[in-house]
Amino acid sequence: MADTVLYPERELKVVGTQPVRPDGVPKVTGLAQYGADFTLPGMLWGRILRSPHAHARIRAINTKKAEALPGVKAVITAADLPEQKFDYVGPERVAINFWHMTRNILAREKVLYEGHALAAVAATSKSIAEEALKLIEVDYEVLPHVIDVDEAMQPDAPLLFEDMITRGVQPPPTKPSNVSKRIEFKLGDVDKGFAAADEIVEASYKTKPVHQGYIEPHACLARFDTDGQAEVWSSSQGHFVVRTFTSRLVGMKVGDLRCHAAEIGGAFGGKTVVYVEPIAVVLSKKSGHPVKIMMSREEVFKASGPTSGASMTIKLGVMRDGRIVAAEGIFKYQAGAFPTSPVMNGCMCSFAPYDIANVRTIGYDVVCNRPKTVAYRAPGSPISAFAAESTMDLAARRIGMDPIEFRLKNIARPGSQTVWGAKLAHAGFAETLHALQKHPGYKAPLGKNQGRGVAAGYWFNGGGESSATVHVNEDGTVVVAEGSPDIGGSRASIALMAAETLGIPYENVRPIVADTNSVGYTQATGGSRVTYATGMTVINACNKVIDEMCVRAAKLWKVERADVIWEDGHARPAGKRAGEFEPLSFKAIAAKRTATGGPITASAAMNAEGQAPGFSAQFCDVEVDPDTGYVKILRYVAAQDVGRAIHPGYCEGQIHGGVVQGIGWALNEEYIYDRNGRMENPGFLDYRIPVASDVPMIEAIMVEVPNPNHPYGVKGVAEANIVPPTATIANAVHSATGLRLTDLPMSPPKVLAALDSARKR
Amino acid sequence: MAKHHVTATLNGSPVEFLCETQQTLLEVLRDELNLTGTKEGCATGDCGACSVTVGGRLVCSCLVLGAEVEGKRIETIEGMASGTELHPLQQKFLEHAALQCGICTPGMLIAARSLLERKPDPTEEEVRYWLAGNLCRCTGYNKIVDAVLAAAGEMRRA
Ligand code: FES
Ligand code: FES
Repeated sequence: MADTVLYPERELKVVGTQPVRPDGVPKVTGLAQYGADFTLPGMLWGRILRSPHAHARIRAINTKKAEALPGVKAVITAADLPEQKFDYVGPERVAINFWHMTRNILAREKVLYEGHALAAVAATSKSIAEEALKLIEVDYEVLPHVIDVDEAMQPDAPLLFEDMITRGVQPPPTKPSNVSKRIEFKLGDVDKGFAAADEIVEASYKTKPVHQGYIEPHACLARFDTDGQAEVWSSSQGHFVVRTFTSRLVGMKVGDLRCHAAEIGGAFGGKTVVYVEPIAVVLSKKSGHPVKIMMSREEVFKASGPTSGASMTIKLGVMRDGRIVAAEGIFKYQAGAFPTSPVMNGCMCSFAPYDIANVRTIGYDVVCNRPKTVAYRAPGSPISAFAAESTMDLAARRIGMDPIEFRLKNIARPGSQTVWGAKLAHAGFAETLHALQKHPGYKAPLGKNQGRGVAAGYWFNGGGESSATVHVNEDGTVVVAEGSPDIGGSRASIALMAAETLGIPYENVRPIVADTNSVGYTQATGGSRVTYATGMTVINACNKVIDEMCVRAAKLWKVERADVIWEDGHARPAGKRAGEFEPLSFKAIAAKRTATGGPITASAAMNAEGQAPGFSAQFCDVEVDPDTGYVKILRYVAAQDVGRAIHPGYCEGQIHGGVVQGIGWALNEEYIYDRNGRMENPGFLDYRIPVASDVPMIEAIMVEVPNPNHPYGVKGVAEANIVPPTATIANAVHSATGLRLTDLPMSPPKVLAALDSARKR
Repeated sequence: MAKHHVTATLNGSPVEFLCETQQTLLEVLRDELNLTGTKEGCATGDCGACSVTVGGRLVCSCLVLGAEVEGKRIETIEGMASGTELHPLQQKFLEHAALQCGICTPGMLIAARSLLERKPDPTEEEVRYWLAGNLCRCTGYNKIVDAVLAAAGEMRRA
């Protein structure tokens, strides 16, 4: 269901329709090739040896026996990868340090979490590879470990890096700690704001790490030729990222590595880094055979990125009329075994939906003995939003105001100041809250043990670097080659925008995700950037094609280029030649390509700016079972400003999917560790993501406030939707029970314990 | 150790293969017979990505040994369309945008077909409970349930 189109625009013919996606049929017939589905002649199976300890020094690794096993063709350790310089590179928000990255690929001095890779083998069969792992002897000195973020920050906590001095503190601390970084954002004067407030609400929260939970484990196939050139097929959100990271980690020239984007079986941020690719390349180099590696589900849980768990405190100062006059957030995020959690995003996003004069957010990036975190859908924002939006609810209750009204009263509008300095440049937040408020269910009566909750959430959305080439075929069909791996239907949205721009039928556009040698550099699929940035790049290339089609028509008519215009998929004579010739269709010009100058093809490349932020506001109704603590979701309504829905079906799908992941985060998902720092639930049976019978139909309201910086108004839709759910549900549970749950997940035992202790009081 | 020699029927045609004792049906399909449409999401029976039918029964192929299917009739996603004609479930999954990444789709389709063979007119709740063993992390299940109900309607009319 679509709501309010605020800005009337030109009439669209193709954009906004819901055709079958171009890559659909192979995906329902089983022919689509995902990361694990490629094979090559002579291929070997690679397997990875992983640490059974949460924290240990590696005294020695002996691979002799494994190498001697018949069928084993190569065994590698960190000694087979070049050392990297210790240096943080790239923008602070997503800074990378290859010294850390290579140690995460294969451990060097120490293993830092259970599941940390430290050696790998390639063998002629899976079973031989498995056997060989057992023959690798590792001499460990087991060290004390630390899992919880608050414990990791204690002065006497076991240190992961004995020389880590907190960055961002002046003067720098003299003693090492597990705090990699402290950041602070400030706007106005919070102390003055709190002093002036009628009411002050403060609460502390904890969340657990949760896994992206894509159904396809990491997998790749690599071949390394004796001339030094290599090729990789892998399941990744960015095959250019695979190329950049793998070439650097292996120590080869970027131009010698060609990476192909396999179909990708879910990612949600978790496939923006490499795990298996460098290992497969080095095994291939050493063995002289192609090598395939597939992670098991257990490896995915133990050794690929969850997002952070956190410990947070929020303080809000409000006036009785509903105005928020001061907001403060302290966010401590687990980075996992190596620095860089998304805590900076958390600090930026937590209060971004609101116009508040005095804000301070402080973030700590903390290492601990668990897998290195990696992006997960709106990385960092859902975590801080759980704390901020739960506290918003407490504040609304304190002053007796409806939670949507309270948010509307404070909502950020174009020109509002953000805590990081920029001014909000786009509308859409208030419109989305209004759309939610108008939903008939919002005022529906509730039964016993039932409650309703509201929350909102912000995400930056992304622009960035993309490349595309449009080739016109002789029958008037076109191929669009672009560089963005397609996770959720982006080839469909790209084809829709290309067809709209060129004025040809959708079916005549064939989009492909080209390999790294066949299209220009393109950043990873992430940050809700593809339909915006790659889409805009494709539109630019299409406009160049149109210009060339006009040149060709001018040639055929023997007129000036200036006397040809493009309208409705046709070249028409214009100006002084108007009406002189019959219009030429796209197809007719394409057919004349040889006579008019040869192949018609155009490329575009850009670093797209002008993206508009995403905003989602949601309410849900829950029923809490007083006997078991089970929270049942009765109804879930999610409104989101999508800018413009290019393919409404896939747009809605993003909202449904993000909300259901958020429901899992709120109610069930968590990493559970034993005393030795070993994960106790590394499988889908015990790490329970929502199944079909756990959830109702999610009601998605697509609000369309177009982004004026994009030809079709695109804003990006994939992430804002996962920001509000945890707080939405916590706020509903509060309404149902009168209890404030501040610790995720709100699993039945925890809810029951809270109910029981309230009953005792 | 010598491999097992197994003869079975796969998507209507006779098939023979050799497999190691510990190789699962999933591994046999993917690694020995090159039918990679059946997916591995967990290999522990928890995700349903590897769903196939053996003798008409819906199973997780990661929980069945290759050596166990001697003489059995196996159906995989590759056999779901008749020639170039998609099964109504496949068609409805496409029309309803019921797949995002598509990794769960083969298993979902096989499981949904099993449901509709038993229950041509399921309720939404029955669809949700039947598919509870098939995880999808992308779609939130809305459109999958819609597609199954729509396919059921179409198959009843056919
Ligand atoms: S792979 Fe068989 S159930 Fe997951
Ligand atoms: S569509 Fe991706 S797991 Fe279902």
